[in-house]
Amino acid sequence: MNINKIKKQFPIFNNKVHNNDLVYLDSANSSQKPQMVVDRIYDFYTKEFSNVGRSVHYLAVAATNLYENTRTMMQKYINAKDPNEIVFTKGATEAINLVANTFGQKFLREGDEILLTELEHHSNYVPWHYLRKLKGVKINFAEINNDGEITLESIEKSITPKTKMIAITHLSNVTGAILPIKEITSLAHSKNIPVLIDGCQGAPHLKLDMQDIDCDFYAISCHKMYGPTGLGILYAKKKWLDALPPYQGGGGMIREVKKEGISFGDLPNKYEAGTMATAQVIAFGESIKFLNQIGIENIEKHESELTKYGEEVLRKNNSVKLVGNPKNKGSVLSFTLDGIHAHDIATILDEDGVAIRAGHHCCQILHDKLGLSATARASLGVYNTKDDLDKLNESINKCKKIFDR
Amino acid sequence: MDLKELYQEIILDHGKNPRNLRKTENFNKDAKGHNPLCGDKVHVFLKIDEKKNISDISFEGSGCAISMASASIMTDLMKEKKEKEVKELIEDFLQMIKESPEMKTKIISENEKTKLMSLSGVKQYPMRVKCATLAWHTLTSAMKNSQEETNTEKFD
Repeated sequence: MNINKIKKQFPIFNNKVHNNDLVYLDSANSSQKPQMVVDRIYDFYTKEFSNVGRSVHYLAVAATNLYENTRTMMQKYINAKDPNEIVFTKGATEAINLVANTFGQKFLREGDEILLTELEHHSNYVPWHYLRKLKGVKINFAEINNDGEITLESIEKSITPKTKMIAITHLSNVTGAILPIKEITSLAHSKNIPVLIDGCQGAPHLKLDMQDIDCDFYAISCHKMYGPTGLGILYAKKKWLDALPPYQGGGGMIREVKKEGISFGDLPNKYEAGTMATAQVIAFGESIKFLNQIGIENIEKHESELTKYGEEVLRKNNSVKLVGNPKNKGSVLSFTLDGIHAHDIATILDEDGVAIRAGHHCCQILHDKLGLSATARASLGVYNTKDDLDKLNESINKCKKIFDR
Repeated sequence: MDLKELYQEIILDHGKNPRNLRKTENFNKDAKGHNPLCGDKVHVFLKIDEKKNISDISFEGSGCAISMASASIMTDLMKEKKEKEVKELIEDFLQMIKESPEMKTKIISENEKTKLMSLSGVKQYPMRVKCATLAWHTLTSAMKNSQEETNTEKFD
């Protein structure tokens, strides 16, 4: 795998940041876009644009086919049983809100419990929080261990007879811990509890097989997968999409509308009300092609090697403390520096063209637990190299120089 | 823009060893401030006497060097000031951080103005302006004894 060749496909790296080459270490936040994805959006709008699923003219039919083609590509990419199990949303956040809202409406009652973990991003907590007020539902959090991991035992300990849903991250965006989601799903199913996986950090980096994992729901953020913003995907088992009520009402999701009543359309239309992010869906097809061209196994291997290298480099740096030490770790390196706040680190690194994230990374529960108000986070994508991590380390040393004056 | 201009010695000094980082005994006014984007938190305590003078001011909180230095320099400066003067200083400081090249007030010495001007480096870093202003907005709330937490996202 030739990383330089891959990196050349990303036009953003032709630009300088503060007169430096860009060292982009914020892919857990959002990934950069390959030229083929950018071109696809341009081509669609300039040559092929029409709304989908409505009109019968040439452009409308062609656009509809392109749109549905991405659904099928995604079905294959994650090995879902049926293309109708792929629902397009405006993001992973909306995908989780869709499930929390419809599942809560239909299946939850006062006193029922939802099990999350302390690692969850706000997008996999806040949607469930609404059900506290609306339905009197209780939310429990499985606890992390000292390495910042969630183990099967921690989940098992937290399940009660009232647990009605387990909603957990695939890969922590702070500690990098990869959860044993297949084992957790199997345990949950043995107790008749459905499982939602927040796959925002899992999907861009790990091989996915929905039929093997067997989870009930899997939420995906397309802009973290080298795709456009404004697009997410909810994978849901067909039995759930049939059983749950529609989420939003509007055009496209209905069968018959009368003054007396309304009947809803079939899948996947039932959950795709209104004009969808058509250009983004079609361009996301190119993101899947991009991932397939390299091969997710190769990406996993490359990123895993880089993560190990990054850990080594940062461990040698005495003033750096890595956050979390999971055995099974994704390409996230969160850290703190003695006496220097994460935001000061991020500003100083930025001057060298090194883009990282600083703050609580939408994980306040976890930061409270760790007793940290903010952490700095370097996260990797397919275009990163060892050189990027060396530059990160050099810039960290510069922080110390500035602060030790 | 040189990073050394943003992280001037005086800022590093106050950032690393903030003055008045404690809780005023028998405070009679206070307010909390929060920057939800970065998690910076500050809690300002005031003791205002019968003549409406600030007899003591202190703060608790955590945050970056800029926000800690700003709170530290601010609390140092506000001691023994009259309520009216505090308002004038806050307005003048915020004006300087946003657009004005200098501070206009005559309440404080040139030396003290220079201290405050050391925070003007954030002008070049739009994302960091809120770090410098959090304590000041919170002080405004404290003067009103506002129970509502100051939130930097509600200000320009």
